Amino acid sequence: MAFDEETNGFKVVGTRPDRPDGIDKVTGRARFGADVTAPGMLHAVIIRSPHAHARIVKINSSKAEAAPGVKAVVTRADFAEGLEGENWNILENLMAGEYALYDGHAVAAIAATSSLAARDAARLVEVEYEMLPHVTDVDDAMQEGAPVIRAGAADGSVPAGMHPNVVRCHDSGHGDPEEGFAEADLVIEERFTTEATHQGYIEPHACLGTLGPDGRGELWCCTQGHWNVQKVCAALLDIETSKLRVTASEIGGGFGGKTAVFIEPVALALSRKANRPVKLVMPRADVFRATGPTASTSMDVKIGMKKDGTITGASGVFRCQGGAFPGAPMEFTAMCGFAPYALKHVRQIGYDVMTNRPKQAAYRAPGSPMAAFAVESVIDELCNRLGLDPIDVRLKNASREGTKANFGPSWDRIGLVETLEAAKEHPHFSAPLAEGAGRGISCGFWFNHAGETAVQLALSEDGTVQLSVGTPDIGGSRASMCMMAAEELGIPYEDVRTTVADTATLGYNEISHGSRVTYASGLATIEAARDTVKKLCKRAADKWGIDAEAVEWREGCAIPSGPNAGDFDPMPIKEIAGRMGQTGGPIVGHFEATPEGAGVSFATHIVDAEVDRETGATTVTRYTVVQDAGKAIHPSYVEGQYQGGAAQGIGWALNEEYIYDEDGRLQNAGFLDYRIPVASDLPMIDTVIVEVPNPGHPYGVRGVGETSICPPLAAIANAVSNAAGVRMQDLPMRPSRILEALKARS
Amino acid sequence: MRYHTPSSFEDASAIAAAATGVTRFLAGGTDVLVQLRSDLVTPDDLIDIKHIAGVKDIARHSDGSWRIGAAVSGAELAEHEALIAEWPGVVEALELIGSTQIQARCTLVGNLCNGSPAADSVPAMIAAGATASVVGPEGTRELPVEDVPTGPGMTSLGPGEVVSAVNLPPRGECGGDAYLRFIPRTEMDIAVVGAGVSLSREGDTIIAARVALGAVAPTVVLVEEAGAALVGSTLDDTALAALAGAAEAACRPISDKRGTVEFRTQVAGVLARRAAKIAYDRAGA
Ligand SMILES: Cc1cc2nc3c(=O)[nH]c(=O)nc-3n(C[C@H](O)[C@H](O)[C@H](O)COP(=O)(O)OP(=O)(O)OC[C@H]3O[C@@H](n4cnc5c(N)ncnc54)[C@H](O)[C@@H]3O)c2cc1C
Repeated sequence: MAFDEETNGFKVVGTRPDRPDGIDKVTGRARFGADVTAPGMLHAVIIRSPHAHARIVKINSSKAEAAPGVKAVVTRADFAEGLEGENWNILENLMAGEYALYDGHAVAAIAATSSLAARDAARLVEVEYEMLPHVTDVDDAMQEGAPVIRAGAADGSVPAGMHPNVVRCHDSGHGDPEEGFAEADLVIEERFTTEATHQGYIEPHACLGTLGPDGRGELWCCTQGHWNVQKVCAALLDIETSKLRVTASEIGGGFGGKTAVFIEPVALALSRKANRPVKLVMPRADVFRATGPTASTSMDVKIGMKKDGTITGASGVFRCQGGAFPGAPMEFTAMCGFAPYALKHVRQIGYDVMTNRPKQAAYRAPGSPMAAFAVESVIDELCNRLGLDPIDVRLKNASREGTKANFGPSWDRIGLVETLEAAKEHPHFSAPLAEGAGRGISCGFWFNHAGETAVQLALSEDGTVQLSVGTPDIGGSRASMCMMAAEELGIPYEDVRTTVADTATLGYNEISHGSRVTYASGLATIEAARDTVKKLCKRAADKWGIDAEAVEWREGCAIPSGPNAGDFDPMPIKEIAGRMGQTGGPIVGHFEATPEGAGVSFATHIVDAEVDRETGATTVTRYTVVQDAGKAIHPSYVEGQYQGGAAQGIGWALNEEYIYDEDGRLQNAGFLDYRIPVASDLPMIDTVIVEVPNPGHPYGVRGVGETSICPPLAAIANAVSNAAGVRMQDLPMRPSRILEALKARS
Repeated sequence: MRYHTPSSFEDASAIAAAATGVTRFLAGGTDVLVQLRSDLVTPDDLIDIKHIAGVKDIARHSDGSWRIGAAVSGAELAEHEALIAEWPGVVEALELIGSTQIQARCTLVGNLCNGSPAADSVPAMIAAGATASVVGPEGTRELPVEDVPTGPGMTSLGPGEVVSAVNLPPRGECGGDAYLRFIPRTEMDIAVVGAGVSLSREGDTIIAARVALGAVAPTVVLVEEAGAALVGSTLDDTALAALAGAAEAACRPISDKRGTVEFRTQVAGVLARRAAKIAYDRAGA
């Protein structure tokens, strides 16, 4: 296929140069959210509800306002009124109105001359609460009689008769699953649950904001999307968007959790009141209590299979708990679970359920990992009981180009089969298993996203290049951008510097989410470089006095071609750049668009695990990720994404969870008892990059950041279940749960 | 907050005895400073014992007993080969604490006096038969380690009493000790259960044994029945079963975010067995 050949002859793409931000990060020169100061700066503290659900009767801040060093106190009254839709939700979440809706919900904020003074004064704010009944569990919240979080929050998609906490519903599929089940030799239906997990980024949210009485402001913050922060802050503070300039700091991890806005409008509101810069850094406990974990779920999945492994029908009900606001990613959960399979009869229903927990936020492929856990566990059990090979069964039923997807459209060019075949050939899959160990397989799917994108590529007088992108670099993307620009321009990687520009410098850029950056900013970079090349060729053509169309760009030089071939010496980029002031002015290429063509991505994971039958402890002994990257621009950083998804999946599967007590308070708001894996918990995670080019990108790139976390929960659960000899249906599979399951079986 | 740097334990004791507010001694500070920063305990008087002569000393007496100064860190203990040869269980227990950074600071005495039922080095010290040297307004006394903790965060030390050192008895011939803990991860966690075993052998037969359990009761507990279950045996299956039974019977745990009653009880028996096997092998080596 021509496109495949075209995406093979690269010089820079596919190599592994050092990332440009590496030295700054290891020497401490990189500036993260909390690393900046301003003259006269104040320090802010947010006061939070200790109750899961309460009416705020009264807030008395007079004592706090009189405390030494205090310059401003804000409550809900200091923000815009009359907001609607998601802006209202965001405001209600970052500063409570009439009700405190979860443990950790912000109710007021203080700015003082030192952080100690702010902390001391925070204790003087008197908040009178009237306690209300609460609910934190997704199934409980749907039961008759459960406390209503917010009456009237449901939209028209919810069937009549459901509890008011069910606020959105998704229902899709085709065929008739009942008919499919009737054709099956074996039908399995089981319930699965997963707990909420936090993105667990190392850097807490932090910002430094200034907002003057003239309504003009500056904001420095760690975020995955500063144009979004700008837009939301403007709405919540009732100022004009362009009056606020937002700069994204270096970012210490986001994984989706920094796509949302939690503190920036608060810092700006305090600054507006005090007329001083205000710095706000979230303590770790606040990060756990009041920024988004992902949704918790309860899911029922039913699949029918013939003895030969053909799946005859599938159905699933996916209930996602997203905290005290609508927005749990239940439609993604519903759509992703069965996506790897070509099904004649399939139906999936999703419910978005509100509870007294923090507002969920995106976490790497929101909703998909849980769905894969339920679906792929049932497939594993079917394979076990029918004595079938787990990869052969998946290959037999795999979605391919042209297959009608479970949620409607037909698949474009996809690489699921290629990942399954590569997994089957991998030595891991055929390696003998130690006594008492188990092996698990799972597929996973994510959509990938494109989004509004703008980049600019400016030539310097020495022929080096300054590339400005608007997508914060959360995974090594600056390296990939430099590589794509260098590839197009035919110059060395080192000659390109990529900067994440502020909101005043480029047009709107959507958040770095949906695995979109290397796809969309990459596509825009390539187009901007091509735009630059056109301009470079024109300067050479003018100089030579020939048609611009008769000039080609090769290996960093303009070259006369066609009838003029050989007439002039090649003109290098440095020469054109050095004279651009006299030949027409600065040379700048740019590109703005909302591309459409982010290719979907599939993965297959293989996991070996051992279970200590006396303590219930699990050890993941071997892990292999096989995933379609379309085209890996920088293979090391693609592998890093694969390994990172697997590592986070191991935490989610084995130990991470939000633990709520009877009183609705979060019990483990810190890394001691919220157990993300430590390095010694992980095996070396092996990776295989499959490249089935995406026709929607000039080089074939597909997003890779999210798909990698879709299969792990299921693959690990399948490995553990096969090792323990008992099906684990609830995550996390903490040791006590495994011991209980072993006991229940014997 | 007042910060003191006394140059003797007598002075340290006198400052503490005279203090009226919240008082804390500062050894490595890996509990004290964490509690301070998280607003749990803000001392009025903070008495740093690290300026006292000899607090970093590890000494072996002619009778084979050991004195470990109150400020000896985990990292220092872990480099002391002679001590490791005789009391590997005590050393490995302190070494389990925290990370490399924490190891540079954390001490046996701080771990003991913080009063946590999950403190890792405490079951190992109790199994070893360790004592604490205490300096107080009334003079000095020596206290078995098991008599120090009285409940979560509480000790039997009176006002003005400060621990100057931990003492280990002579190891003697054919002795071995071991400490194991259960945590859901492999590092950086708090024991859900801990088990320390120290025993002596004559040939294949165990002639003395002490077993202590952590995180299964309000304090670390010395389980005399568990030790007794081993004495006279060659650590055969019957003895191991009796040991596990005695360990489980001694458990009075709570269910919390770190583990359930059933889980802690079952795993206490498992770890006691596993630690006993290691101690037995070490004693025979
Ligand atoms: C990241 C991290 C990980 C940790 N991991 C573990 C772990 O795995 N296992 C574990 O058991 N603990 C762990 N801890 C807790 C702590 O490190 C240990 O309890 C350590 O042994 C305390 O020793 P220290 O010298 O730092 O005590 P300090 O903080 O100095 O003191 C602790 C307590 O002892 C008192 N005290 C100190 N010296 C004396 C004295 N001479 N006389 C009387 N009282 C005194 C203090 O007043 C205070 O109440 C961890 C802590 C951190 C921060």
